[in-house]
Amino acid sequence: MSKVRVLVGTRKGAFILSADGKREKWDVSGPHFAGWEIYHMKGSPANPDRIYVSQTSGWFGQIIQRSDDGGKTWHQPGADPAQPPAPGTAVGVSNKFVYDASAETGKPLTTHQWYDGTQHPWEFKRVWHVEPSLTEPDSVYAGIEDAALFRSADGGQTWKELPGLRGSDTGPRWQPGAGGMCLHTILLDPSDPMRMFIAISAAGAFRTDDGGKSWKPINRGLKSQYIPDPNAEVGHCVHRIAQHRSRPKTLFMQKHWDVMRTDDAGDNWREISGDLPTDFGFVIDVHAHEPETVYVVPIKSDSEHFPLDGKLRVYRSRTGGNEWEPLTKGLPQSNCFVNVLRDAMAVDSLDSCGVYFGTTGGQVYASSDAGNNWAPIVHDLPAVLSVEVQTLP
Amino acid sequence: MIRVVLPQHLRTLARVGGEVTIEVNGPVSQRSILDALEKSYPVLRGTIRDHVTLERRPFLRFFACAEDWSHEAPDALLPKEISSGAEPFLIIGAIAGG
Repeated sequence: MSKVRVLVGTRKGAFILSADGKREKWDVSGPHFAGWEIYHMKGSPANPDRIYVSQTSGWFGQIIQRSDDGGKTWHQPGADPAQPPAPGTAVGVSNKFVYDASAETGKPLTTHQWYDGTQHPWEFKRVWHVEPSLTEPDSVYAGIEDAALFRSADGGQTWKELPGLRGSDTGPRWQPGAGGMCLHTILLDPSDPMRMFIAISAAGAFRTDDGGKSWKPINRGLKSQYIPDPNAEVGHCVHRIAQHRSRPKTLFMQKHWDVMRTDDAGDNWREISGDLPTDFGFVIDVHAHEPETVYVVPIKSDSEHFPLDGKLRVYRSRTGGNEWEPLTKGLPQSNCFVNVLRDAMAVDSLDSCGVYFGTTGGQVYASSDAGNNWAPIVHDLPAVLSVEVQTLP
Repeated sequence: MIRVVLPQHLRTLARVGGEVTIEVNGPVSQRSILDALEKSYPVLRGTIRDHVTLERRPFLRFFACAEDWSHEAPDALLPKEISSGAEPFLIIGAIAGG
């Protein structure tokens, strides 16, 4: 029977929630890396036992952790999993993210726009998102703050920036949002290994068609009333983008305000907020088998980060947007004032699609019937930052 | 032999107990201690001081013989109690947050 493994990153450690295909009884493992912020953890599609973790701390900086046995044991890439690091061994650079400053490719990449409109140097703060290659277990991308895209080709031992992104001529106009200038979304096109999409708060969405050498902003159609030019080429606070494998040119976006859709790989976006009670939110995802079925969790506003009316409701559209239905069975419908952060929703690929999301109140909810019914897997974890799901044979 | 006390999270990372011992060849300063520490425990690179600038991370402090040395020059010589191993060199995380 198939199994699912839910990878949960929290403010104070990582947790792994495992169940068989029925998804009724759950085994909870953790906290792993207790006390550290786990911004994101994700398994390799090419080798599900390979899991990458972004472990970070305001005190001690960035650590990358890796498991090669499905989360039973962990080590920093380059270190021997079984032994304490020996003197002089070539480990200790798996957490080294240094912006490209080479004369050839990094020379113009010096500053971006700061909150007050002045130019500010790029400063590495943390890894927000790790995205393993679809085909190579040792290949993995990292989206970082201040926004840039890095890649490792050796299982996370060393990292190198793809400078073409910051070097696209809009880089100096990028500006941080309230949460920092983070590259939080990385989508690898399953039909075209040269195509990737990324999103940055608060710069917008970008696409490469040449494997990351060059990038262009793909924000036409986004309207953000809170910036000087609502239709600007960059400057939009994109919160999350989702894609269905069968339709890689169709993307769904939860923007700061507005839920958006493109069917031409980002060249043009249109709003699909439709009858949502509020179109502010962070997460968005797509059903594993129905490319027109989309999920969001509406949040009251950008100044009140909790559900409208104290009711935690997932909204589902089965028409690719515009018409939305509230999903409430099993979710608290009174006095609920949690948030659901941008990387904290995922779907499994079992026949009856499972949907999962985590809250800042420490709950991880699961639905094994595409959102019709929900139940908490756990309800007292630290604030949840990210949720990913692996569907295992 | 130099004794170094690490904050708890870094002990976990380096898989060591409460205190580690290292050898420093030459003058004993903050820089030479940290260089030797990172050589013995490479996983600590980037966690105490920045990978590139080698500046102390903002929420960490360095203490020797009950004195805060965090803002002293990295190459300033530490007290003989540190170089003799009579007292440990303390790396302390700021007490903040939840």
